[in-house]
Amino acid sequence: MKRVVITGAGTINALGQDVPSTLSAMAEGRCGIGPINVRDIDRLNVRIGGQVTEYDPDEHFNRQQIALYDRFTQFSLLAARQAIGQSGLTFIGDLAMEAGVVLGTAGGGVNTWDENYRTVYEEGKNRVHPFVVPKLMNNAGASHISMEYNLRGPTYTVATACSSSNHAMGQAFHLVRSGASRVMVTGGSEAMLSFGGIKAWEGLRVMSRDACRPFSANRNGMVQGEGAAIFVFEEMEHARARGAEILAEVIGFAMTSDATDIVMPSRKGAAQTIAACLRDARISGDAVGYVNAHGTGTSANDKTECAAVADTFGSHADNLMISSTKSMHGHVIGGTGAVELLACIMALKDGIVAPTIGYEEPDPECALDVVPNEAREAKIDVALSNAFAFGGLNAVLALRSA
Amino acid sequence: MTDDIETRVAEIIAEQAVLEPGDVRMDMTLEDLGIDSLGLVESIFAIEETFDIQVPFNANEPQSSAFDISSVASIVAAVRQLVAQQHPA
Repeated sequence: MKRVVITGAGTINALGQDVPSTLSAMAEGRCGIGPINVRDIDRLNVRIGGQVTEYDPDEHFNRQQIALYDRFTQFSLLAARQAIGQSGLTFIGDLAMEAGVVLGTAGGGVNTWDENYRTVYEEGKNRVHPFVVPKLMNNAGASHISMEYNLRGPTYTVATACSSSNHAMGQAFHLVRSGASRVMVTGGSEAMLSFGGIKAWEGLRVMSRDACRPFSANRNGMVQGEGAAIFVFEEMEHARARGAEILAEVIGFAMTSDATDIVMPSRKGAAQTIAACLRDARISGDAVGYVNAHGTGTSANDKTECAAVADTFGSHADNLMISSTKSMHGHVIGGTGAVELLACIMALKDGIVAPTIGYEEPDPECALDVVPNEAREAKIDVALSNAFAFGGLNAVLALRSA
Repeated sequence: MTDDIETRVAEIIAEQAVLEPGDVRMDMTLEDLGIDSLGLVESIFAIEETFDIQVPFNANEPQSSAFDISSVASIVAAVRQLVAQQHPA
């Protein structure tokens, strides 16, 4: 089995349009959630989100590209450009033939669906632009990264709702660990802050209208975000041989299905997944210093997740730190695990644990160290990133400091 | 009206080919103009929108479609015919 390291990272999200600005926002506990700009907002009940603002596609892409790139594809390409640039890799010869792209997205080109449904249903028109299909398909982001960087190996998209990018990164980890590829580009992207994307979530009655306050007794729901984060996963000896900077090592991954309920989380399923991830990484729970929580800010998730962490770690649960950065960037749905992996890297590399902001009142059902409101300095050797999706699909990654 | 159709088709094709409308000659083929398959369907979409017509064209069998795309002139002629059929004066 090969060892797998991260040699590049890129992002665009409500906190920043690159990794340094995102990490400094997380370290400062800055909130990227606010009033959103969406067509027909007066017909929405939820009017806040972690929206990417001050963003002009024309600054990054030409007219032909914009005609083909949904917002989620644009985010994928911008984050990939940063990550591959940082890695210093170019893909030619054998490396190009084995290196691929595995991305997570729950909805793919949601804005493209939305705009063209308006065209045919609202405006009553009988034709849509010919690029609607290549623009909205879930694999558009992965395919355009593949085309841009000549990545000819295994390339596909994983859609497992809010676990999508953790599943994607787990698959990329497996491909590199098994020796199938020396390099994989991976992560996730989501751009669901459209009228239809928000209206659908409103229907579930799990959305907050004012703030995302994970683990706080007065939490009242999740807040949607948008954006992408992309990483370069590389076989360790390959990275060392070329003198690449190693951001962190990926040491374990586990995925399970609760097989119980389509929306309610399972304490047992979450606990089993965390335990399986520790076994895969061949570490004991005591080695874990930080857990980036799924931490959606819903009543059900946060108490279930805290109970699962307590079950898995026993008395060590009181020693580790667990925070939800969704309080700052919102729930990036299929891209969320990727954006949250940045907080794990910051903890391992820079010794800064991102806080759970918006924390106001302790909840006895969430009685762990949730790093309330202010970041903390700490030496972290191992960090976990949790994702527990609708559909009962769980995916947990383990990272170690380089 | 006849000149208008020719001018507007040339404008649509020029935009796809990233050329000035004056550089699009009637004897040119789509290949001469560097318009690929996606550029072709985008041009047909723009023609349908501009002239408010339905263009019978199946990319799977372009040769057997009633819409002749062998040159700019043939496209103009086909559009003229469709406009006459679908919007009789």
